Amino acid sequence: MSTNVLRVSDITMQFGGVVAVDNLSLEVNEGEIVALIGPNGAGKTTAFNCITGVYEPSNGAVSFYGKELVESYPHGKMKKLYKGENVGKYTKRLVPTPDKITKEGIARTFQNIRLFSTMTVFENVLIAKHMRAKQNLLTATFRLNHAEEARMRAETLELLKMQHLDHLRDEIAGSLPYGIQRRLEIARALATNPKLLLLDEPAAGMNPQETQELADFIRQIRDEYKLTIFIIEHHMDLVMRISDRVYVLDFGKLLAHGTPEEVQNNPHVIEAYLGVSQDA
Amino acid sequence: MSKKKSMTISAILFLALIVIIVVLERMLPPTHIALAVLKKGCIYSLVAVSMNLLNGFTGLFSLGQAGFMLIGAYAYAVLTIPVADRASVYMYFDGGIIQFSVPVFVGLLASGLLAALCAWLIGLPVLRLKSDYLAIATLGFAEIIRAFFQWDKLGVVTNGSNMLRKYPTFSTTLFPFLVSAACIGVMVLMINSSYGRAFKAIRDDEIAAEAMGINLAKHKRMAFCVSSFFAGVGGGLLAMYQTSIQAMTFKSSMTYEILLIVVIGGLGSVTGSCLASFLFIASSEWWLRFLDTEMTIGGFKVPLLRSGFRKVVFSVIIMVIVLFARRGIMGDREFSVDGICRFFKNLGKKKEVKQ
Ligand SMILES: Nc1ncnc2c1ncn2[C@@H]1O[C@H](COP(=O)(O)OP(=O)(O)O)[C@@H](O)[C@H]1O
Ligand SMILES: [Mg+2]
Repeated sequence: MSTNVLRVSDITMQFGGVVAVDNLSLEVNEGEIVALIGPNGAGKTTAFNCITGVYEPSNGAVSFYGKELVESYPHGKMKKLYKGENVGKYTKRLVPTPDKITKEGIARTFQNIRLFSTMTVFENVLIAKHMRAKQNLLTATFRLNHAEEARMRAETLELLKMQHLDHLRDEIAGSLPYGIQRRLEIARALATNPKLLLLDEPAAGMNPQETQELADFIRQIRDEYKLTIFIIEHHMDLVMRISDRVYVLDFGKLLAHGTPEEVQNNPHVIEAYLGVSQDA
Repeated sequence: MSKKKSMTISAILFLALIVIIVVLERMLPPTHIALAVLKKGCIYSLVAVSMNLLNGFTGLFSLGQAGFMLIGAYAYAVLTIPVADRASVYMYFDGGIIQFSVPVFVGLLASGLLAALCAWLIGLPVLRLKSDYLAIATLGFAEIIRAFFQWDKLGVVTNGSNMLRKYPTFSTTLFPFLVSAACIGVMVLMINSSYGRAFKAIRDDEIAAEAMGINLAKHKRMAFCVSSFFAGVGGGLLAMYQTSIQAMTFKSSMTYEILLIVVIGGLGSVTGSCLASFLFIASSEWWLRFLDTEMTIGGFKVPLLRSGFRKVVFSVIIMVIVLFARRGIMGDREFSVDGICRFFKNLGKKKEVKQ
């Protein structure tokens, strides 16, 4: 039995009257590639945002390697508005900012690429090293941290080489082609030394050839960096090819979960999701 | 070009500037307007770069600069007035309660530290606000500070709404030049350090910066305190330059002037801010002066020239710059020895191609 990496328990995210994620529970185990699929607006990105501290969930908890990371319950205005389940089950508020979550070892990419567009490829990756560097404002300003800085730069360069991006190191990130920006965003996430990588629609806007390459790439980084990967994806062929297990979300609710084959043959899923995409 | 070589050239240029300043001071009468422009230009460069650190490099639209300068100016003046002169300066407040005085450099350091402390205190609530709200909050802070320092009850320290004077000043242009250069040098080092990169990351994309493990609250507060520290030192220098100060003069229009300089120089360009400071001060205090005096050439009275016309022309020039060079003189690039060499090399190449 492999170790549990991520456990999402009864997460509900309600914006005003809109329940974007409804009582979602799921698990991701060490070394797995798990996919989260569902039609547009199903609440997949919102679920990621609850895990990574971008949003405080209205109710529920998230734990990582058995350690509780996030917990919240309806409070303030939400007390009256709350429409979800499990009221009273959670009684603590533990809401770290996203940087704390990253420090714990969860890295992510974004559905709409978010690079530091005026900075170079090298700097984009180097930034990830900032949080763990042993330095403060004074030692960094007066270059008393040069050993540390040299180490950060060396690690960055090594990572860029492994990702075959080192020839672009001085290019401005915002001016790169779309596909490379996606790869750079993944490289940047890897540079934070994560144990769990969350990818939000990494194949968006890619052609079948590029999608195929991405599939190989994701498996390769999982093995190379001993990662666990949790991926939101629209391309069904990519999901079916790489994932060990699949969770299906529809209108914020968990519709089905299982191996790719099981999910593919689930009548509810075919109706709610695959049916729609086959028509389109 | 090697790093060493370009650093040597930069050092030589810096020495050349010092020599030019010394020669100018020898040649021109001490009251010449050019020297005044140079002094004020140095001080404004420092304050503009400190504002650029916040607005241009960290992407925090703050309008509190005049407030922090005021704090710095007062800290310097209050702490450095010689004990013997306190009775005459604080004549309405029985000589004030502070009965010691510190050396000039300690005073300037105190200017920066007090401004930074205030920034640290208001940073926590204020920096949570986004863009326009942050601008309004910091502007409000500056106005409150200005009123606060004029408060009668504080008169034993601040001299109320009366002037502070008789504190040590400088006579040579080298003093503000060297102090400003040192401060700007420190800021440049910081901008190019790991923290500077973190600031730029926050400017480019807050959410991504946070996802990279950068603690937003901590880093924003850091940038705010550092910027305010140097604005405070700039305020101290301005107090020295003016030889007497009054809280009344640190109006929000002073912040706007500095903001204009930063925008004209280019958000995110240190050298742009410096260049724009000198151009701005020279234009507003010297080159456009003639527009304010009536002139008759051969019995013909030149129209429009009268007191106040300078401001009109000046505003038009600024509008033209903002309309046609929206990213400022320098954009976010820097003026560097390397850059100039590359420029000339490229120029040479283009000519070769033409032949
Ligand atoms: N910050 C927000 N405020 C209000 N509603 C939101 C917010 N973020 C997401 N939503 C809503 O939550 C629902 C799910 O969105 P999202 O998680 O982006 O879907 P997906 O990623 O599955 O396409 C949508 O209806 C969206 O409008
Ligand atoms: Mg989404």
